[in-house]
Amino acid sequence: MTKSYSGFRLLKEGIGGNKGWGQAWRTPEPEKIYDFIIVGGGGHGLATAYYLAKKHGQKKVAVIERGWLGGGNTGRNTTVVRSNYFYPESAALYDMSLKLYEQLSRELNFNIMLSQRGMVVLAHSDPEMELSARIVNAMQINGTDAELIDADRVKKLAPILNTRPDARFPIKGGVYQGRGGTARHDAVAWGYARAADALGVDIIQNCEVTNFLIEGGECKGVETSKGTIRASRVGVAVAGHSTVMGGYKLPIQTYTLQAFVSEPMKPVMDTVAFSPSYGTYFSQSDKGGLVIGGGLDRIPSYAQKGNMPAQEAVLSGLIEMAPALAKVKLLRHWGGAVDVTPDSSPVIGPVDVPGIYINCGWGTGGFKAIPAGGYLLAHLLATGKHHEVSAPFDPSRFRKGRLIDEAAASGIAH
Amino acid sequence: MQRFPCPFCGLRDETEFFYAGDLGKVRPDTTQPVSDEEWSAYLNDYANVKGRAKEVWVHTACQEYLALERDTVTMDVLSVTQFRKGEI
Repeated sequence: MTKSYSGFRLLKEGIGGNKGWGQAWRTPEPEKIYDFIIVGGGGHGLATAYYLAKKHGQKKVAVIERGWLGGGNTGRNTTVVRSNYFYPESAALYDMSLKLYEQLSRELNFNIMLSQRGMVVLAHSDPEMELSARIVNAMQINGTDAELIDADRVKKLAPILNTRPDARFPIKGGVYQGRGGTARHDAVAWGYARAADALGVDIIQNCEVTNFLIEGGECKGVETSKGTIRASRVGVAVAGHSTVMGGYKLPIQTYTLQAFVSEPMKPVMDTVAFSPSYGTYFSQSDKGGLVIGGGLDRIPSYAQKGNMPAQEAVLSGLIEMAPALAKVKLLRHWGGAVDVTPDSSPVIGPVDVPGIYINCGWGTGGFKAIPAGGYLLAHLLATGKHHEVSAPFDPSRFRKGRLIDEAAASGIAH
Repeated sequence: MQRFPCPFCGLRDETEFFYAGDLGKVRPDTTQPVSDEEWSAYLNDYANVKGRAKEVWVHTACQEYLALERDTVTMDVLSVTQFRKGEI
């Protein structure tokens, strides 16, 4: 059992030379049989295991990860959290996630460094301002906080942005969500891992799931690099690789999404700004680096490394948005493999093979959805039925033609 | 910038090429009844191969459709075939 983290503990360990912290979670060998197996030890998988143990009292749960915890998209995103979505179904889902994030540091006893510094989606013309007003109205009706702000307010929020009338895309205003912001991505994975481990979940790293164990047409477990592990229900949260293992088809294509971090500098930006016209968004981390993101690469790919045209588009957009940043050097850039669905909304639910439940298709915005994705997949696994929030995102929506076509899903056209 | 081969124009920048979908995906025959499942599969499902993928691409400069075999992990182009010769 891990010890609680607190100010007192910090003082005590500091005086004691930081020798008493111990490991945050165990490194168990897999047992032969569990009640539930979660494939994928990223944020969504670990959150699923945590809520299975915490909300549904399940004790025999294993998370199986082929690499290390949070080594996929959980460790590769731009850490933005928000719920500025248009449709009621999406608003319910993402606002549930943001509400869980708001409680998470306390609930997990792990500081996820949630910083609700706000997020502004810029509008660059009068028609865009009208569309922004429509989005703000929809968000407010859906119960999400939203404000329509003018150019003066944008200037106050983020003076570094180019608000001059001769800019390539002059700023007229935007949609502001004050509860949006950033959170420490690794801490979300580690916090869930530590809390799940404390509730008895086995987290098995460096163990690759190679196939599903199918008996009589039903999934009865998984084949792994550490042998066969049986379970009555298997949850899959492996963004980017959701269709790699056979047995079921999903309306998903895997693309690379890139992100960039600059050298650290003095504070210049204390909100998140996104311009759909430039195709770029950025914020500044607590360390001082600018965290920059944009649209998908053009070509389906599992490479986890990006190509040049997308880099050029994102970075030239940044320089148009904030010309003062033109000479800032990049520290590093990277790519992750993301699931892209035809309607830019996630897929949560049972697949065609009984016993397998999937949480995937988050596209370019899975990080902000981690608490809700885990909560809803845990509900599905424990009860076999959808939570009312996840029901609209069942894979059957593609057959029924009832898509949830969310342009806001990435904020970026794809 | 990666360069892709066009059988007509030679090696050209990747931005000149447009990804058009999986090779071998056939539109359902609408002279016969088509089920929701078949339509949904045609419209939404992808092979999404990790590794050697067979895809249809357009070279937008010359407007030729090409069958491209590509490794989706290494990003290498393994082969390119024109549709004109009726080889596919």
